[in-house]
Amino acid sequence: MVHQHFSLAPNLTVLENVMTGTESLWKLASDSRAGRQKLEAISKRFGLAVDPEARVGDLSVGEQQRVEILKALYNDAHILVLDEPTAVLTGPEAEKLFSTLKEMAAQGLSLIFISHKLDEVMATADRVVVLRGGRQVAERKASETSKAELAELMVGRKVERPVREAATPGPVVLEAVGVTVRVDGVDRLKAVDFTLHAGEVLGIIGVSGNGQSVLAGLLSGTAKRSAGDLVVFGKGVGDLSVADAIALGIGRVPEDRNGEGAIGEMAIWENAVLERIADYSNNGFVDRNRAVSFADSIIEAFDVRGGTPSSRTRLLSGGNMQKLILGRNLIENPKILLAAQPARGLDEGAVAAVHERILAARRAGTAVLLISEDLDEVMALADRIQAIVGGSLSPPVAAEDANAQKLGLMMAGEWTENADAV
Amino acid sequence: MNTIVDILASAGLWGAVLRIATPLILGTLGAVLCERSGVLNLGIEGIMTFGAMVGWLAVFNGADLWTGLLVAALGGAVFGALHALLTVTLGLSQHVSGLGVTLFASSFAYYVFRLLVPVSGSPPTIEPFQPISIPGLSDLPFIGPAFFTQTAPTYMAIALAILLAYILAKTPLGLAVRMAGENPHAAEAQGVNPMVMRYGAVIVGSALMGVGGAFLTLSAFNSFFPTMVQGRGWICIALVVFASWRPERALFGALLFAFSMASSCVFRPRLMAPCLIRYS
Amino acid sequence: MRFERREHRPAALVIATPLIAVVAALAVSGILIALAGAPVFEAYWKILVGAFGSKLSITETLTRATPLILTGLAAAVAFRAKLWNIGAEGQFYLGAIATAAVGARITEGMAPIIQIPILLAAGAVAGMVLLLLPLWLRLKFSVDEVVTTLLLNFVAILFVSMLVDTVLKDPMAFGWPQSEAVERAARLPKLIDRSRLHIGLLIAVAIAFAVHFVQSRTTFGMRARAAGLNPRGAVFAGVPLARTLVLVAMLSGGLAGLAGSIEVLGVKGYVTTDLSPGYGYSGIVVAMLANLHPLGVVLAALFTAVMFVGADGMSRSLGIPTYIADVTVALSLISMLVAVFFTQYRVRR
Repeated sequence: MVHQHFSLAPNLTVLENVMTGTESLWKLASDSRAGRQKLEAISKRFGLAVDPEARVGDLSVGEQQRVEILKALYNDAHILVLDEPTAVLTGPEAEKLFSTLKEMAAQGLSLIFISHKLDEVMATADRVVVLRGGRQVAERKASETSKAELAELMVGRKVERPVREAATPGPVVLEAVGVTVRVDGVDRLKAVDFTLHAGEVLGIIGVSGNGQSVLAGLLSGTAKRSAGDLVVFGKGVGDLSVADAIALGIGRVPEDRNGEGAIGEMAIWENAVLERIADYSNNGFVDRNRAVSFADSIIEAFDVRGGTPSSRTRLLSGGNMQKLILGRNLIENPKILLAAQPARGLDEGAVAAVHERILAARRAGTAVLLISEDLDEVMALADRIQAIVGGSLSPPVAAEDANAQKLGLMMAGEWTENADAV
Repeated sequence: MNTIVDILASAGLWGAVLRIATPLILGTLGAVLCERSGVLNLGIEGIMTFGAMVGWLAVFNGADLWTGLLVAALGGAVFGALHALLTVTLGLSQHVSGLGVTLFASSFAYYVFRLLVPVSGSPPTIEPFQPISIPGLSDLPFIGPAFFTQTAPTYMAIALAILLAYILAKTPLGLAVRMAGENPHAAEAQGVNPMVMRYGAVIVGSALMGVGGAFLTLSAFNSFFPTMVQGRGWICIALVVFASWRPERALFGALLFAFSMASSCVFRPRLMAPCLIRYS
Repeated sequence: MRFERREHRPAALVIATPLIAVVAALAVSGILIALAGAPVFEAYWKILVGAFGSKLSITETLTRATPLILTGLAAAVAFRAKLWNIGAEGQFYLGAIATAAVGARITEGMAPIIQIPILLAAGAVAGMVLLLLPLWLRLKFSVDEVVTTLLLNFVAILFVSMLVDTVLKDPMAFGWPQSEAVERAARLPKLIDRSRLHIGLLIAVAIAFAVHFVQSRTTFGMRARAAGLNPRGAVFAGVPLARTLVLVAMLSGGLAGLAGSIEVLGVKGYVTTDLSPGYGYSGIVVAMLANLHPLGVVLAALFTAVMFVGADGMSRSLGIPTYIADVTVALSLISMLVAVFFTQYRVRR
């Protein structure tokens, strides 16, 4: 099994990483010479060149992945499962990986290659199984199917536009111009462009791990650009700090409710006012009465159940915590709302409530950037849709023009010839 | 200037360096082992104190010196197991738990000592380890008296440093311990139980710390008195960092530190520097 | 068997936790007393008598509790923000020596009403400085502050022992290594005549209330708590993490330095290297026993002082070594850690 996230010890050498657990613990000496020979033989056989004595932490991401694969092969694996193996690779590294995989298959290994990128699948696979919502929905021979068919199978049904009033988009309030964000030497966002109008919902779809969290961090004030610019209300703002984002009227609903959105051990009222604590304090002293009544008004207006302002926030259910987070943003009538995976993990009732709130904000003229991997959610809310794949954004398509095949192809990174700009 | 050269050239100074270094070597080896498996063991100061007391007590009650060291090792191992229980099984804060172990082990040592050895004018003594001259080598001029007329535990400490360096670097067991410290999830995925590795490393490491403490009472001195460990455990924690978590460098670091201690005691009247370690 | 996080944490359980921990520690110590052949309940009764049995013993207990309240607060405020300040012992000594040095060399002769605040401030600042250095190393180079603060204890104590043996050595002390003294006029007034109890106790308790107020009512207190509970969440909510930690470090180091300063001005007047019987480390126990609550710190410090002072009397009459007090205090730290764990987790089979 080769996971998307590596399980390696960066301070140990390649050989040590590979050999851990392969010998009896009570041997008086590790037979590293035999280990190295075996490793080199495997490297040579499959074209997976890595220096056995190199420190893993010094290797490139592509080389580290090779170490992960070598680890499995060293243990004489016959079946290799690769989970989104190209997510972290550069183009040439991915090409190299594909040829390695073909070589392995040719030599009799069985490979299961999990990916949402259709061209990769078509390029490497002999057979394709489509999974949707935890179910196997189709099985095809690669030679007898097409990207278009697979895209439709992935999305799985007629995509229907729900009944809701048409958007009346206002002026552009937010614009990203060629924004790149580099984290630990990897470009997590690659020169993305998008515009956001008042009174519309722009949906960003994509399989998770393709740059969504950095995109959300960019608008939240927690991620810093390395190139490009953000333009808010017609002014270039450079890097937003959290304080800037709040001051500009950007409401922020993070994807990780418990990790970022709320501090579970603090009271509900504290979580309600923490991000604008200066407004609820006098000379450094918290005006608790005003803060509590603010929390009360959120609880009332957004139907937050399961706690009073002074109860610990962790006791709220996910849906009610999300209503609290949405509420503390929407009650201030933000000009812009960032909603990252706003309904993830919620039950049906809570999902409906969250969606209703977002649509109400849109009616009130708020520009909403909705980041979601749930296609139903994006179709229910968004006016325009862009896909995020490997840190790049596709051109937008109007929701009315979207269909299963088109969206599936977009999410699979196939947009140059299919998507038409709106 | 002449006096400085004389002192540096005296075999007595270099003999003292090895003697001062021995408990530091043992303690640092123990701490390296714990930290390599991923557990910071701030219990070291108390564990060394307990080892010093319990090893001495065993010998005072008629055990031979080697049995005394063994008892000190077992005593250290028990407190190591307590620390492992708190930090590995319950996952409590390693810092606070380690301090708790230090406070408990040292106060428990003092309590037991006072209980069994009532206060008297001069502290009771035992017959400590005697220097062993290594035939041939100890007759060498200068080097002989400096390095080859130490007590047995000093030779043992040096041998243990080499042994531990070998185990960590060259054996499957050492690799498993390091993997448990570096990436417990990877260790688990490769069939190595990181919990077991950590328990083992903390228990064995703490046993080494206990022996390090016992060196003070069974070789450097011949009696036990409270606060005699005097922060040597904390010095070991610093030496681990200095040695970048390697046993062979720990040996070197302990010697270097001991050299500065020994010389500051020798030069003390001139430098007005505090003499940290009051024997040489 | 595995552990599962509890969703609901009954308030009664949280309050009972320190009591359970102390009872558990006393039970284990009781076994040690019994093994020594002494009657357990009588021993504990003698400890209470030793701590509260006379006017003198009560004042002695409260005198002991005073520095423990301050070092306990120092640990509690730092730990709440997940700043692992293990260096209160060193900060205590540095605060003490700063007070003695300034008092003996600079402010001597000033009116007490001016001099005493200056000396207290000198101690607090010295403590702050000693904690800001490791915090800077953490913020700048991600150096773990546990090891640095711990080792700075050592450095500070050696530094103090050098000063009291050299430049600050009192020539009138018959060659003993002790610092020059702060003049009598600048000492803290006694609360009760012919006892050691001084107004430092009132200062310490007042500070505990002030810290409680700061933590529960000010924006700084709220931010520091957020930073400790969930740093990512705090950053998302716009808490300036580095600035908050610097303020926390100043508060924590300042309190530990103040403890040393008050001990000098209230009890001894000068500094020796045995000024503190481990107040800095005991402060960590006090803070943990108090569950990091500033008002709880006062009670936990009192408990610790009762054990230390009471054990002296008990030891004289029953022949149990006084170290039983240290054993009990150390055990109550460990049992408190375990008890807190079980208020947060339950065992599932």
